[in-house]
Amino acid sequence: MSELQLGTYAENTWCKGCGNFGILSAANEAVKTLVDAGTPLETIVLASGIGCHAKLVDYVNVNSFYSIHGRVPPTITGIKLANPGLTVIGHAGDGDAYGEGLAHLIMSAKRNVDVTMIVHDNRVYGLTTGQVTPTSPVGFPGKSTPRGGIEEPLNPIELMLAAGATFVARGYSVKTKELAALIVAAARHKGFAFIDVLQPCFTFFNTYQLYNSRVYELEGHDTSNLDAAHARAREWNYGEGERIPIGLFYKVEKPTFDQRILRGKVLANEREVPDISGMIKTFA
Amino acid sequence: MAEYSVLVGGQAGDGIRQVGSLIAHLFSSLGYRIYFWDDYPSLIRGGHNFSIIRASDRKIGAYTETVDVLVALNQTVVEKHASKLKPDGLLVFDSDAVKANGLGLPLASLVKQAGGKPIMRNVAALGAIARTLGLEWPTVRALVQAEVAKQTDLNLKIAEAAYNQAGAPRLRVEPLASQPLPLIGGNEAIALGAVRAGLKLYIAYPMTPSSNLLHFLAQNDQELGIVAYHPENEIAAVITAIGGAYAGTRTMVGTSGGGFALMVEGLSLAAASESPVVFVVGQRPGPSTGLPTYTCQSDLFFILNAGHGEFVRFVVAPGDPDEAFLLTGLAMNTAWKYQIPAFVISDKNLSEGSFSFEARGDEVTRQEPLAWGGKGNYRRYERTVDGVSPLAFPGRQGAIVKANSYEHDEYGITTEEAEKTVEMQDKRLGKRRYLVEEVERLKSVKVYGDATAATALVTWGSTKGACVEVAEDLGLRVIQPLVLDPLPSGQLGAALAGVKRLISVENNATGCLARLLACHGVVANDKILKYDGRPFAVDDLRKRLGEVLR
Repeated sequence: MSELQLGTYAENTWCKGCGNFGILSAANEAVKTLVDAGTPLETIVLASGIGCHAKLVDYVNVNSFYSIHGRVPPTITGIKLANPGLTVIGHAGDGDAYGEGLAHLIMSAKRNVDVTMIVHDNRVYGLTTGQVTPTSPVGFPGKSTPRGGIEEPLNPIELMLAAGATFVARGYSVKTKELAALIVAAARHKGFAFIDVLQPCFTFFNTYQLYNSRVYELEGHDTSNLDAAHARAREWNYGEGERIPIGLFYKVEKPTFDQRILRGKVLANEREVPDISGMIKTFA
Repeated sequence: MAEYSVLVGGQAGDGIRQVGSLIAHLFSSLGYRIYFWDDYPSLIRGGHNFSIIRASDRKIGAYTETVDVLVALNQTVVEKHASKLKPDGLLVFDSDAVKANGLGLPLASLVKQAGGKPIMRNVAALGAIARTLGLEWPTVRALVQAEVAKQTDLNLKIAEAAYNQAGAPRLRVEPLASQPLPLIGGNEAIALGAVRAGLKLYIAYPMTPSSNLLHFLAQNDQELGIVAYHPENEIAAVITAIGGAYAGTRTMVGTSGGGFALMVEGLSLAAASESPVVFVVGQRPGPSTGLPTYTCQSDLFFILNAGHGEFVRFVVAPGDPDEAFLLTGLAMNTAWKYQIPAFVISDKNLSEGSFSFEARGDEVTRQEPLAWGGKGNYRRYERTVDGVSPLAFPGRQGAIVKANSYEHDEYGITTEEAEKTVEMQDKRLGKRRYLVEEVERLKSVKVYGDATAATALVTWGSTKGACVEVAEDLGLRVIQPLVLDPLPSGQLGAALAGVKRLISVENNATGCLARLLACHGVVANDKILKYDGRPFAVDDLRKRLGEVLR
């Protein structure tokens, strides 16, 4: 592993025991692996939304766009459209990706934009001090639902499979080695790579015991079979369920959005402007 | 003065806009200067559509309410518009569909006999009008060949049959000595101005009157060397544009008021992250859905005040396609020079109207923004004298480029420190002083008519078309600020010198420009406002001005 120092001078303000530490460590390992394998560090770009997850970009000395709540998918789509040679990795929270910005997430998967999207899914709003999110279990006693959450949780794995994501995986923040490998595979995947990362929130929704006892690695699963991927995704619907599979559910190669729309252009490198006098004459 | 007005009407699906455009091109090819208004409701079939084509030997930017030739493809057109026909004017109609006095021709039968489709009544009408106006058949033939791409021969056959049946000419439209000018839409001019200033990525969700800006750029993407992208909504459009700008590409978004409402969150992000993005807002009447296909100038304060937080923006308001071309180029270059959001305010009248175009393509050039020299650690938000930090983009060796929506330090790392907060806000707001100086150096206020007249009309955007013509006829002064933020108070003061009576003329209900000027100590004595969704007509404005000046 390279000696690359990825830290910054920013003070880390996550709670002690926060699952984000595991994701940060895995994400940094993934960046180092990519750089060791020849990806120039300056061609890697991170983005984040708003929430506890988003502080990650302040802690990593890599190009980044600290964007706004829910809008990570269009932020990274814009970066990729400007310069398809960049390796672009977006981080978002569950309230961020599955609540505020759900349309963007689905449409980016549908388009197969060549980016990686990592959702830090702690199933609670942390930075706004504990409300239900789209993946909170029924009955979750959030501050906006004092009698317990009344909505069924969304299953983001199933949602992303249905939306057309070409790489769909689930990680667990405690299993950093496996998560780092998933992030590397996602970054290398040509197309929209989605990872839902189970992340305990030590302060507002401590799920360590639950996940430690139920999480298992997908093995012997055919990742090219969409039906099998749906079946494995249904093993756990973010509420009841004995076993929680993690790992790669589905992977398929399809033409990417950026390839199709750019047709070989690198817009960021283009300084020339066309002579339009001929076109103006055609208006006569 | 040689001048003709033609109104052609029917229902949606009758090809009214196409025949209107053909008539406009017909006059344009003879050296006339054109103004073209396409009036249609928000529907695909039925309803009442009409186009007004006004041709003149001088440059014009408005229609007149009265017309020389009225062309009716159905009875509604006669009912609604016959009273607008000049006493010596001529009504041409499809006698298969309309009962009226005038020149009736069985257009539907003509089309049927020729084996055409019902919509081809529009080219039949063209043939009839051309004959009525005394134009030679070869002129019409050349136009149809140039402008009608589908089933050209059949369309020619139908047009010629109608031409031959229309009898003797009623008018004699003479070709003018002046060279024909290109006939261009406001949205096309906006698109070309942006492209000449380096636009590479245009992102928009369809919304009238800006949809055909998206269509034009999408259809001409290869020739113009750009990519046009239609995402899921306006929020995605603006955020994608910001991401693209961060990574080094000139981007633009286009919409109308309702879509811009969705973009406002992104506008604030552009300001905080110092991302240069150009917003085109084509106005239409509101509130809310309002009158989707009509015109208005009521979003000025929305645009000037949109976005939470305090930040510098650049706002231009072109009044015709020449200005739209030049000012959109200026907006793009200014956005990148100062790393701020810039706005081009248009309206349906300008965006979807067609006008004779005088600007040259090379009058807009791409200007290079301040680039990082490559020495030391790159700081995206480096504090400088004018607040503008040198630019580097991801992929640049030796640079770590960190953009941030939070308040941040020079490097781009989040801060909540009091002192740093003030430093960075001062850095961003400090650009305004330099922008104001630049705006005063540019031609940012135009004066028309009698520049010494004591009575002046002050107006903005496409309403200047009617104002200039009336003022020239009556010996008044017209003042048109092209830049609305920062308002060029120096040039405005000079333009107002000697004015005793100031009248604001605007396409809105509350006098937005008059209110803005009042904030700067300039008070309009009167307001002439129109907010029925239609632009000012020259004769209507003259009448209303007469009432005010009486």
